[in-house]
Formats: sequence, structure tokens, C-alpha cells
Amino acid sequence: MAEIVVRLGGQAGDGIASIGESIARSFSRMGLHVFGVNAYQSVIRGGHVWFGARASDARVYSQGDGTDVLVALDRQTFDVHSPGIRPGGTVVYDAEKFSIADNEVPVGVQALNVPALKIARKYTSASVLQNAPGLGAAAYLAGIPLEVLHKQLSDSFGRKAGDVANWNLGASRDGYEFASQHASVSEAAPKARGPAKLLMTGNQAIALGAAAAGCKFLAQYPMTPASSVMHWMAAHSRDVGVVVKQAEDELAAINMAIGASFGGVRSMTATSGGGFALMVEALGMAGMTETPVVVVEAQRSGPSTGLPTKTEQGDLNMMLGAGQGEFPRAILAPSNPAEAYRLTIRAFELAEAWQVPVLVASDFHLSESLMTVDRDEIDLNVTIPSLETVQPDGHDYKRYQLTTTGVSPRALPGQPGLQFVAGSDEHDEKGHLISDIHSGLPVFITMRQEMMDKRMRKLHGLVSAADPPILEGPSASELTFVAWGSTVGAVRDAMRLLAAQGRATNLLWFPTVYPLDGDRVRAMIEKATRTLLVEANYSGQFGRLLRAEAGVHLSERFLKYDGEPFSPHAIVARALEVIRHGG
Amino acid sequence: MADSSATRPGVTTGPALPVVGKTEIRPTWCPGCGDFGVVAAVEGALKRLGIPSHNVVIISGIGCSSNLPHFLSSYGFHGIHGRVLPVAEGIRWANHGLTVIGTGGDGDGFGIGAGHFVHAMRRNVDLTYVTMDNQIYGLTTGQASPTSVMGQKTKSTPDGVIENPIDPIALALASGATYVARGFSGDVKQLTDLVAGGIQHHGFSLVDVFSPCVTYNKLNTFDFFRQRVYKLESAGHDPTNLPAAFQRALEWGDKIPIGLFYRTERPTYEDLEEVLAPGPLVHQPTGLAGKDKLLDEFV
Repeated sequence: MAEIVVRLGGQAGDGIASIGESIARSFSRMGLHVFGVNAYQSVIRGGHVWFGARASDARVYSQGDGTDVLVALDRQTFDVHSPGIRPGGTVVYDAEKFSIADNEVPVGVQALNVPALKIARKYTSASVLQNAPGLGAAAYLAGIPLEVLHKQLSDSFGRKAGDVANWNLGASRDGYEFASQHASVSEAAPKARGPAKLLMTGNQAIALGAAAAGCKFLAQYPMTPASSVMHWMAAHSRDVGVVVKQAEDELAAINMAIGASFGGVRSMTATSGGGFALMVEALGMAGMTETPVVVVEAQRSGPSTGLPTKTEQGDLNMMLGAGQGEFPRAILAPSNPAEAYRLTIRAFELAEAWQVPVLVASDFHLSESLMTVDRDEIDLNVTIPSLETVQPDGHDYKRYQLTTTGVSPRALPGQPGLQFVAGSDEHDEKGHLISDIHSGLPVFITMRQEMMDKRMRKLHGLVSAADPPILEGPSASELTFVAWGSTVGAVRDAMRLLAAQGRATNLLWFPTVYPLDGDRVRAMIEKATRTLLVEANYSGQFGRLLRAEAGVHLSERFLKYDGEPFSPHAIVARALEVIRHGG
Repeated sequence: MADSSATRPGVTTGPALPVVGKTEIRPTWCPGCGDFGVVAAVEGALKRLGIPSHNVVIISGIGCSSNLPHFLSSYGFHGIHGRVLPVAEGIRWANHGLTVIGTGGDGDGFGIGAGHFVHAMRRNVDLTYVTMDNQIYGLTTGQASPTSVMGQKTKSTPDGVIENPIDPIALALASGATYVARGFSGDVKQLTDLVAGGIQHHGFSLVDVFSPCVTYNKLNTFDFFRQRVYKLESAGHDPTNLPAAFQRALEWGDKIPIGLFYRTERPTYEDLEEVLAPGPLVHQPTGLAGKDKLLDEFV
């Protein structure tokens, strides 16, 4: 397996994200597997930003460890990132902007002084071009053919092609040629292989999956890192036939989505933890009125405003407990964009089949990172059944009929003869309130219990219908990792590193975080030689859930809450510690 | 009047289909409650317009008045406190062939739901919002509401309210509502006209109704309003004149206007949302089968 990591850094406004995506997309066009991380701060101009593009001829599931090519547009980038450059690596900088003393360059690393400002001045006096020579140099060092880079740049400028596009092509070519004259292609660079892959973020995959599943309405209030779900859908709203509504707040967003669902279309909202906190009461209304709705919860570091542009899996407790009283729900947790596409479709299927709210738990690391997806992993042909599950035939229609599955026939407004009222108060089978003049009377005490039982019965069906936990890797192993969500990616990479050291490990991960078949989970965990729970929060929220649902206590844990994604090497180190000393 | 929804796409209509009537559920309101007049007016307006009951959705929030959907034979959504309008907007955008009516109280609409109220009006969503404004919280047994007047003594303000009340009419005018009316549940005939006018109006219609609470508001009673209200249509008010409408909205005291304050034509949100141009969303194709070109941008 050959892999290379290119890291580009500078100040917000330097165009780091755009040149980073150019590198990442050039790699994916070469048929390589790519993971791209866009790291930024909650400021629009200034501050330190960087982009990491990892490419390999084998699948990569995380940003990896280390850097082979570092493009430093400012001194801070060099200071922060040069210690991570691997031997044989190169740092690209411009001595006109800042200097690097010989003894500051890490051992085995080459410092390549590319005259970026001088090159840029050939084309324009504007500062917009200073990132292009570095982009060209990085592409050369990473083994990207110039024509691949330039085709990608031309495509991204698209119809805007004019002076700016030509300047960028010229300045990146100059940077490319300068590097080719003063350095050689990195030995780590993987060779092009096979047809181009798709490269998308988790949020793009979620939006695409929603549209493919038949979603017709998305209501959302801007909040990092969920906003780009809305951005993608809004940019394509006419092509995909989805109404996108930026609501006045998250209260409105989820209530609009529930209204639209009641009105007869599949609906979704997306937010982060702060917005989800505002949606909590309406989530219960969806549960009580048995109105399907899909809610994407893209977590970021909390509590409160927390770290808006940093990752965490700290909202699981909230997702599990959101809402007064008890009602059935499902929580799905994709670990990468391909799964995000598939599980978003599952979320719509489950929400509709069981008439419940379904949460898609993402996080900053999944929502905003770029990852390659094979074309055949995105199947746009999704079977989409009719939402009407009852036809008027003169019978006495009961919207909330007591059934063995807990699911009752659903009529849509506009169907003659089936009118009913969906009530957030407790109600009887016809939807009539039993909360006021009837409450406390014996027959309605019984009805209350029957309605609770009916709704909660859906959990049994959901357990069977939802994706079960998956054991990945060799069945005989020294250690079983237990993980959920985006953390699964770094664990997969760590397992490969451990295998290279002769350590067999496997992974138990949970596409469905809730509800769980506790007996099944316990049986799976009891088979493990030893376990290591890996999750990105302070208290081990998923571990607590497993303790409650499956009666297993995972005492060895690797928890992280510094806002940064897990690194495979850190997981390897912790796993070896557990294998040697504990568990 | 002919069925106004008959020509709309996406709804099933027919002369034999029943219009909105009462259900077997009897209102749970206190005897003499103003809300009886409101439900009668909504029923009367829908009957007059001949809109089949299955093409009507009545949405409400929480409070005494929000039980209204249960008493009429249309579709209904009785949601949570303050969220009438976002639910109503979502229903409307899912199927703009439906007649959508929001109902609720002053606490629901102008207190906890005030943010949604302003935004629904600036969007000019084509729905009718009927507020049963009794200037008190009834179901929670008598606390001050956003429309309780200065000095009013309630359980939560034993020394009197010290906040200025919200003026729903002026707020609606300022927020861009395109049909702004005030009714009185002591005058069901005029109220029926106002609700019918709101339903027929193409855009956001507010009908704020003085609907006295006979149990907890001893100040703003039926008698209080009977002695003070006068009809705008008899006073020569021009409902196309926005400054004049503002002036009338600010009147409070010995003479309080009821009737149509303002009406104007402006494109609705549904008119301007291009995705809705082919017809109601509920009848549009779903999914992405055959749209593989969408994936090109990811290469």
C-alpha cells in the first residue's frame, strides 16, 4: 500500500480549501482512494486554516498520520505542521514571505523555496494568486500529472473561465515546473489506478441520499457543521425537486418538516447539537402524532456553543433522551460518506414504515471531510412506496388503530372520507383527545396504556428492521474495537496498521445506535478476547448505552474530546497497551 | 358559492363530497366562552365557500382555543404550544391544493409563537390564521398574556401588568401580512365574513378575534367590547390604505375598530418557490432514478 499525505495551510481567506480540494480531486480522478480534511476556525478572515489530502492505492478511512508534502503559506503553518512531516517529505514555502533556518527543518525533510509571490506578480498585482504556485509545486511532488491538475482547475472554474482562471493555470504551471527543476516526486506518491472515483463530503452524501429516498422538503436553520446539507440541496433544488426552506429558527425548521410530512411528502431537517436542543419538544410531537420525520444531527464539540468547527460525539445522550415522556425513535450513525448515503435512505425507509422520528447522527468529521466513494456505492434507483397506506372504503377509519406492530393505517389530507386530527395530546384510536374531560376515567386509563403500548411496540419492529451491529475483520482476534459513527474510520485504519505488526484485531460497529437487540450485542461482545471502546466524548456515552441495553461493561476505553479526530496511530498505541497490560 | 378549490391541482373534489361540519366531539370550553362564536364562524365560512372537508386542514397549538380542530370535520393537526404556523406552512408547501387554516390563542401566537408569526407574514404564505384573543392565559388558569393591557391584575401579575401589550394588528401590518382583520366573537355574522374573506384571499390572512374568556378575564368581557367596538366598513375606512390601517390599528379605548383593516395583493411564497411551479409537491415525482448526471460534480 502506497500512500501520500499533502497538507496545505495558511490564513482564512488564502484559498486553502480550494487548493486543497484541487489536490484531493486530482487524486480521486487518478482513481486513488482519498480522505480530505478541511480544518478551519470560527472566523471568516485571518486565523489558521489547513487542508489535508491523504491518497492511497488502498482504501483509506481517515486523515491518517503524518505529512509528506507541506505547503506553508505562512510561518504559523510551518510552526504547527512541520513536526509532522515524515522523513523524505518536503515543505514548500516562499522565502519572500518568511524564512526558515536550516536547523528548523526536520531531519530528512527538504525545504523547497518556491518564489510564489514573484510568480504571482507575473500575472496580477492582486493577492488572490499566491496559493497557485504552491498548489502546482505540491501537485508535482505528490505525483499528480500537470494535465490532471489543470483539467480539474479548468472544470472547477467552469464558465467563470477568464483572466482569473488563466492566471491560476499559469501560476500553478510555473510552481509545478519550478518544483520539477529543484526537487523530485515523493517516493510515497501512489500511482494512478483505474477510473475516477466520486469524492464527496458526508453532508453531500446525506443530501443526495435524502433526495434519492424521495425527500421532497428540507427545512433548516444555518448551523455548522450541518449547513452544507442545506447548501447542496438548495443548489440542486430544481434538479432534484426538493423544496428547501431556511427557517427562522430550529423550532420552525422541525415543525415545518413535520407539517410537510403530515401534508404528504417525505421531509427532513438538519442541524447541530444546539439546534437539536431546540427541536426536542417537536421530536416528541412527531413521536406522539406518529408523523415520520428524518433529523440529521451533525455533532460538534459542546457544551453550549463549544467549538463550532471541531468534532465530537457528545450528543448521543441527548439524542437518546430528547423529548419529554417516552416514544419510539431510531438513531443511525454512518461512518463515512458511502454509508451516509445508504443510511440516510434507510432513515427515510424506517421513519415511514414505522411512523417515527429517525435521527441520522453525524459529526463535524463526517459531515465536512471529503472521502472517495465508488460509483457503484451510490445507487440512485431507490424503491419509493406510496405514503398513503389506507384508501377510503366506507369503513370507520381509525388513524391510531391499535395493531400488533404498533403501526396504524396512514391517510393524507386531501383523501376524502378519512379526515382525522393528529394530536400531540394523548388520544384514542380515532385521534380524539383523552387528555381533558376523559382523563382519569377508567376506560381512558386503559386507553392511555394501550396507546403507549402500541407506540412503544414499534421499537421491537425497529430492532429487526434496522441494520444490526457489524463485526468486521478476522473472527479470531486479540482485541475487539467497539465504535460508532465517524470514529469507525480511524479504527479501520488502525486495524490495518496493527495487522502489519502481526496483531489481529476486529471491530464491532453500529450502523444503528438505537434501538439495539441487547441480547445479540451481549453475545457478540462476550465472544471478544478483550474489548476497547473508542468514542469522541468525555464520558463514554455509547459505552453507557451498551451497559444499559446489553448489560456489558466495556472497562477499557479510548475517549477523546479535544475537538480533533482520532489518529490511527494513537488508536494503535492504546490498543497495544490494552493487549499487553489490560482488558 | 362554487367550490373555490375545484380548479386547483392536486386535490380530489366532487359535488357529492361533504363540506365541513361539526363532529361528534362537543367543545370543552366553559359555557359562554367566546371561542364558540369563532368555531361557528370558521364552520360557516367553510360551508359558504363550499370547500370539501377533506381538502381543509385546521392546525392549532396549545391552549383552550387550540382544541378547535377536533370540533370540525376537516383534517386537523393539534400540535405543540406556539408552533401552529410552521406546521401550517409545512402542510401548505407539501400540498398547496389544500385550504390551510391556523387557529390558536394570543399566548400561543403572540407569546411563545411570536417569532413564527412575524416570519409567516413576511413570507405571505397563503393560509388563514384565526387567533382567539382573550388577553389572558385560560387553560393555565389565569396568567397575563402578551395582549393583556397595562395594569391588568392576574395571577402572575397581582400588582398589575407592567409591560405594554402586543398589538397584533399593527404587528401584522408592519410584518407584511396581506389581509389583516379583527373580529369579535359577539358578532358571528361579521366574523364569518372576515374568515371567509381571509380564506379566499391569496396570501397570508390574519383574523384576530376578540374572544372573551368568561372565567379569567373580568376586564375584557363581552360587555366591554359591545360598548366599544365599531365597524370599519361603516366608518368609511379604506382597506387598501396602509397608513390609514396603521392609524386605525392604534385605536384603543372608548372606541375600538373591528373589521377589515388592510388588504393587498402580493405574490405568495408558493407563487415564488419555483419547485412548486409544476403543482403540489405531494403529486410530484420522487427520487433520483435516471438522474445520474447529478453525480458528475463529484468527479
